[in-house]
Amino acid sequence: MSLSLVQILISGLLLGAVYALFSSGLTLIWGMMNVVNFAHGDFVMIAMYTAFIIWKLLGGGPLLAMPMAAVVLATIGIIAYLGLVRHIMRGPMLAQILGTFGLALLLRYGMFWGFGANFLSLPEDLVGGTFEWQGLRLQSSRLLGGGVAVALTLGLHFLLTRTSLGSRMLAVSEDAMAAQLMGIRPDHMQAVAWALAAGMTGIAGALIATFFYISPTVGENLAIVAFVTVSLGGFGSVPGALVAGLLIGVIESFSGYLIGAVYKDIVVYVLFIAVLWLRPQGLMGKN
Amino acid sequence: MSEILLDVSHLEVRYGDLIGVSDVSLSVKRGSVVALLGSNGAGKTTTLNAIAGLIPTSGGRVTFDGADMTSRPAFEIVRKGLALSPEGWRLFVQQSVESNLLLGATTVASSSKRRELLDKVYGIFPKLAERRLQQAGTMSGGERQMLAVGRALMSDPVLLLLDEPSLGLAPAIIESMYETLKRLHGLGLTLLLAEQAVDLALEISDEAVVLQVGRNAMSGPSHQLAHDPNVQKIYLGH
Repeated sequence: MSLSLVQILISGLLLGAVYALFSSGLTLIWGMMNVVNFAHGDFVMIAMYTAFIIWKLLGGGPLLAMPMAAVVLATIGIIAYLGLVRHIMRGPMLAQILGTFGLALLLRYGMFWGFGANFLSLPEDLVGGTFEWQGLRLQSSRLLGGGVAVALTLGLHFLLTRTSLGSRMLAVSEDAMAAQLMGIRPDHMQAVAWALAAGMTGIAGALIATFFYISPTVGENLAIVAFVTVSLGGFGSVPGALVAGLLIGVIESFSGYLIGAVYKDIVVYVLFIAVLWLRPQGLMGKN
Repeated sequence: MSEILLDVSHLEVRYGDLIGVSDVSLSVKRGSVVALLGSNGAGKTTTLNAIAGLIPTSGGRVTFDGADMTSRPAFEIVRKGLALSPEGWRLFVQQSVESNLLLGATTVASSSKRRELLDKVYGIFPKLAERRLQQAGTMSGGERQMLAVGRALMSDPVLLLLDEPSLGLAPAIIESMYETLKRLHGLGLTLLLAEQAVDLALEISDEAVVLQVGRNAMSGPSHQLAHDPNVQKIYLGH
C-alpha cells in the first residue's frame, strides 16, 4: 500500500473514532429506553461552543475544554431527561420525536440568538499543529481526538458490561419492571444514562471543535452522521457504534480522495442503505 | 408465632375499565407458608404484583411488618424485606447467572454481606454455581426457576412471594423445587405462593386462600381445604 493510502486510512480511522464517540451516546439512550434523541447533534454543537468560550475567555485547549464540556453537557442531559424526556416517554412515539426535535430547535436557535450565524473556529495550532512521522503527516488535534474517542467508547462498553452500575443500567433496559423488584429505580438509571451519553457527547464536541468549524447549525450534519453510525452499527450496541464509526470514517476518507470531497457523503449513504437492506438490524445489532 | 407479617384487606386492582381483582383479603403470619389458589385468571398474579408494588391498587390496604405499603413502588417495598419471584421469572436474560443474582442484592449495601448471600444461594442451588458465568437466557426452564428464586433470595427477604413455582416444569424438577422451598421455610423464611398445582400447594402450606374471579372464595387451614370437595369444584369452574 502506498504511503498516501496509509495516510488516508489513518485520517479516516481518526475521524471515525470521533464519530463513534458521539454516536455511542445516541445508541446508549436508544438502548436504555427506546428513545431517539433528535437533539443529539445539537448537544455536540453546544459542546463545541463551550470549547470556543473556554478558549476565548481562558485561553484553554481541549484538555480543559473536554472536562468542562462534559460537565456542561451532562447537566443539560439530566435536565433534558428530568424536564422533558421522562414525561414524553409516556406519550405516543410521535410525542417523543417531536419533543426531542423541539429541544434541538431550542438549542440551535438559542445559539443563533447568543452567537449569531457566523462560523467560528479554534486556532489550528491549539493542539500543537501538524507533524511528520515516517513520512506521514499527522495533525495533533486529530490524533488527540481519535485516541481519546477510542478510549472513551471502549470505556463506556467496559462500564456497561463489567461494572455493577452497568449491570443495573442494562437491567432497566431489559426489563424495567423486574429491575424495580431488585430495588432499582428505573428513572435514576435513565438519568444516569442521559448524563453519561450527554457527557461523552460533550467530550466529543470539545474534540471536534479543534478541527471543525463551529456554527449553530453544525449539529444537523453531525446528527446525520450519528444516525447513520448508530443504525449501521446496530441500535443500542456500543461496540457496533465503534466499528460503524471507524468504517464510515475510512469510507469517507477514501471516497473523498478517490471521487472528491463533495461526493463522499453519497458513497457513505449508498453503503448505509445497502447494509440496512441486507441486514436491517445493523452490523452488530440484535434482531 | 401468631404475629401477622403481611395483611391484605379488600384489595382492588383495575386495569382501565377491566377489573384485575375486586375484593381480595389475606393475611400471612410470620414464619408460616400461605398458598394462594385459584384457576387461571382468578387474580393470583394480580394480587402478588399489587402486594409487591408492581401495579397500583385502586382500593384496599396492604400492610407489611406493621407499615402501610399500599401502592408504594416495588423498589421501596423490596427494601423492607418483601421479595417477589414474578410470573414468567422475568430474568435479565442478556446477563450472566451471577449478574442476575447480584442484581437481586441491589438493596444490600455491604459487599461482604452480598458475598455471603451469594454463597448461601449457591449452597441452596449448586447448579447455579456451576453455571454462574452462563448467560441467563441460555438456561433450561428448571434452571431459570432456580435462578428466579435465588435472585429473590439475594435481597435477604423476610417474606418471599412466589408466582407459580411449578409452572411449565417437569414433575421431578417441581418436586425438588418444593423440597427446596421446605428447606427455606425451615430456615425461617415466610412464604406466600400462588399455585395452580393444588395438591402440592396444600401439602406445603399452613393456610390457603382460594380466589375465584377476583375475590376470595374460600380460606382456611390447608389440611382442611385438602379434604374439601368445594376446592376442586372451584378449580373446575363450577
